[in-house]
Amino acid sequence: MKVLYFAWLRERIGASMDEFDLPEEVRTVGELVDYLKTKGENYSEAFSHKKVIRAAVNLEYVSFDYKLINKDEIAFFPPVTGG
Amino acid sequence: MIKIQKEDFNVSTELKTLTSGNVKIGGVASFIGLVRDLVSPEKNEQTLKHMTLEHYPKMTERKLKQIESQAIGRWPLEASLIIHRYGKLKPGDQIVLVACASMHRQAAFESCSFLMDWLKTNAPFWKLEETAKSKIWVEERSDDYLAASKWNKKSK
Repeated sequence: MKVLYFAWLRERIGASMDEFDLPEEVRTVGELVDYLKTKGENYSEAFSHKKVIRAAVNLEYVSFDYKLINKDEIAFFPPVTGG
Repeated sequence: MIKIQKEDFNVSTELKTLTSGNVKIGGVASFIGLVRDLVSPEKNEQTLKHMTLEHYPKMTERKLKQIESQAIGRWPLEASLIIHRYGKLKPGDQIVLVACASMHRQAAFESCSFLMDWLKTNAPFWKLEETAKSKIWVEERSDDYLAASKWNKKSK
């Protein structure tokens, strides 16, 4: 799966993308966040405030209980500010 | 039509192109968003050097197309255009152009407003404001969400 990061999440993590196989224990977007937080201090700091993080799977906004499969493209970002 | 681009745009040329050849159009409503020279006022009073717009290209294109089709389904539009820029911009630069053409003004005004409200809260862009001393990511505004939510309640 591809995991993309934008804006200050990308800055805090220090990468714009990760690519790995969906871990067995991860079923939902929320569980993926918990998994990512174990990857290092930069990740745990970036994801420390779940409430201000939004997610999209395959280019559509989803909630944290959305169920993932291995071929998904997941993106994490702060609330959008377009226009 | 959707355009997501780094380059600036010429409003007059864009509007002419949008309406040319369609004499059913009675009016065009347009909105131009500009980079404002003031960082979130509660944080500091410094002058803005740059605003950098980051986006999620594949998703931006998909979401903008979706919302344009929604507007077309909701109002009798003859033509519509959304141009959204990304990259590094200066105060006074144009960021966004939304233009809606219809037989009558009400549909043009309403759909233009609908598209702008929607862009503020749903288009996957993020704005980084840079001053001489700091870099701040612009936060969401609750007013924008309130403005966008009124389109859900309104029965058309």
